[in-house]
Amino acid sequence: MRLPHLFGPATRPFTFVGCLELREILGRRARDARELMEELEQIPAASVYYHTHSIFLRHPRIAGAYPNDFANWVATQVRDQVLAERLAVVDPYMLGGVEELREELVSIVDSHISALNPVPRIVFGDPLSFVRSHLLEVPTGLEATTLPDFRRCLAEVDLSAVYLHTLHARVRGEVAGGDFAHWIGRELGRDSLAAAIGRINPYLGGLAEIRHETLRLIDAELEGDHGNHER
Amino acid sequence: MSARLNSIEPYRNVAPRGTVDFLLRLASRVQGRRFVHVSSTREGGGVAEILNRLVPIMRDIGIKTDWEVIEGDSDFYATTKAFHNALQGKEQVLTEAMLEHYLDVNRANAERLRPAGDLVLIHDPQPAAMIESRAPEGKWVWRCHIDLSTPQRRAWTFLRRFVVRYDAAIFSLPSFSQHLPIPQFLAYPSIDPLADKNRRMSAKEVRKILDRLGVPDDKPILLQVSRFDRFKDPIGVINAYKLVKGYHDVRLVLAGGAATDDPEVAQVLNEVREAAGRDPDICLLDLPANAHLAINALQRAATIVIQKSTREGFGLTVAEAMWKGKPVIGGAAGGITVQIVYGVTGYTVKSVEGCAFRIRYLLSNPQLMRRMGWAGREHVRENFLITRHLRDYLSLLVHLSR
Repeated sequence: MRLPHLFGPATRPFTFVGCLELREILGRRARDARELMEELEQIPAASVYYHTHSIFLRHPRIAGAYPNDFANWVATQVRDQVLAERLAVVDPYMLGGVEELREELVSIVDSHISALNPVPRIVFGDPLSFVRSHLLEVPTGLEATTLPDFRRCLAEVDLSAVYLHTLHARVRGEVAGGDFAHWIGRELGRDSLAAAIGRINPYLGGLAEIRHETLRLIDAELEGDHGNHER
Repeated sequence: MSARLNSIEPYRNVAPRGTVDFLLRLASRVQGRRFVHVSSTREGGGVAEILNRLVPIMRDIGIKTDWEVIEGDSDFYATTKAFHNALQGKEQVLTEAMLEHYLDVNRANAERLRPAGDLVLIHDPQPAAMIESRAPEGKWVWRCHIDLSTPQRRAWTFLRRFVVRYDAAIFSLPSFSQHLPIPQFLAYPSIDPLADKNRRMSAKEVRKILDRLGVPDDKPILLQVSRFDRFKDPIGVINAYKLVKGYHDVRLVLAGGAATDDPEVAQVLNEVREAAGRDPDICLLDLPANAHLAINALQRAATIVIQKSTREGFGLTVAEAMWKGKPVIGGAAGGITVQIVYGVTGYTVKSVEGCAFRIRYLLSNPQLMRRMGWAGREHVRENFLITRHLRDYLSLLVHLSR
């Protein structure tokens, strides 16, 4: 076991960066599953991202029935429960990127509607309006060089920073388990803690849960340090 | 307004953790830039209500912010009222003379005010034609607060020629947007958690206000707060209450403004009175427009809040109720569908029967009501507080001026 004194301050501090999402209405709408498929093929990647990824930024705690807009719209407006479930189970963070996700979604809808004849129109529901995300990064002014510092900053930082460093970091694809895990492993040398943080499932818990779980893991690590030190 | 409420600091206790520091950080990024709001009035109505709070807070965090108000005569306001109704889908007569006068008043205001800034935000249709006299510097954005989903064609065609000259437009819902060659952004309206309508209230204060209103709190209260308007479906709410009454001993409170010069409102109120009959458990309250504390107390005293609109703009009474920890049953219309997360913070319904069923279901599941109330409050905290509104406007400033 590594001794606590080996976990000195990081050479490079962790800089917490938050983000703002500006939402642009594209003026494109889908009125049934076939139009959903056609629009999915054509909308900008930033719109696929808005309806599947950044939903976590808008709903850090409270999710609807399903964790993406397409599944929720199909369930509540199209009233096609089977298609909704098929769309809901796609985890955007397990796919290579937004384009791969787009292909997966198109393929699911295509395969589903090919078995429907005719494709039902919405009777009482509302169409889905497509929106595009513009993400603007804003430094929060919080920096950490040690694990206790990191914990303090994480506990108080705006949740948009949690989004940017965990979920959005996975979309950027530069670091597999997100920025937190990467920095803790690389700069603090706490590989097992980094691995545990990197394994937090981002898809099902929401941002508040990601923060809560990360803090819990750090607290356990710091308690371990304290125990080792006393012994 | 107290100095305390001109500051961002009190919002630390109500906004999501980290939000105030983040806003201060964001403001430092746009320090020195000028933000100008232009609207049609300083008092009355949702736009003035929000700007009265937003502008001092923007100044407090270091943004140079001005709020200009246009001036017009009674003919101008009669025209803009007709214009407003036409844009929201009511058939209106708009004569050439009315439209010409609208343009003259806009030109006179543009000359008088000469709004100039890094971002000039023109609120609603009344001052929209001021874009004709814009200075070349800075960005101009048209902020549309109304439901433009089914406008009277002639009114929209007239307004559209001004809107397309803006750098961007902002709508409250995607369905309110129109086909336009400029970027259209989405910004939900918001509530102020520290205003009289939403501030914390002790149980004693709530009881005192209920006593004054003559509303007993001896049984669960179902509440709808909205003006007596057919689109709010008050008769539907009474019918839903009647379907519930056989199963649960509840009281229905319908609170809204009625004493206006709108003959349709008075007619609807008469119909509502007739539908209520002599039922002692139905309370009809005709509240003045400034009865913020009374609405706050009623929402806090309610067991379930209903907003059974068949057509709705945004319907911020839903967010107000959720902020007070109440489950909400709303009509699936306008902004109600984005405020209520189905099955999590309440239910959207499409019929009287659906409304009655959900009321009965919730009354039989008090724990679920508590969970929904908590979830609703958190949902509002993240999405419908004034701090989020400020964040949206600052993002726009950053985005358009970079």
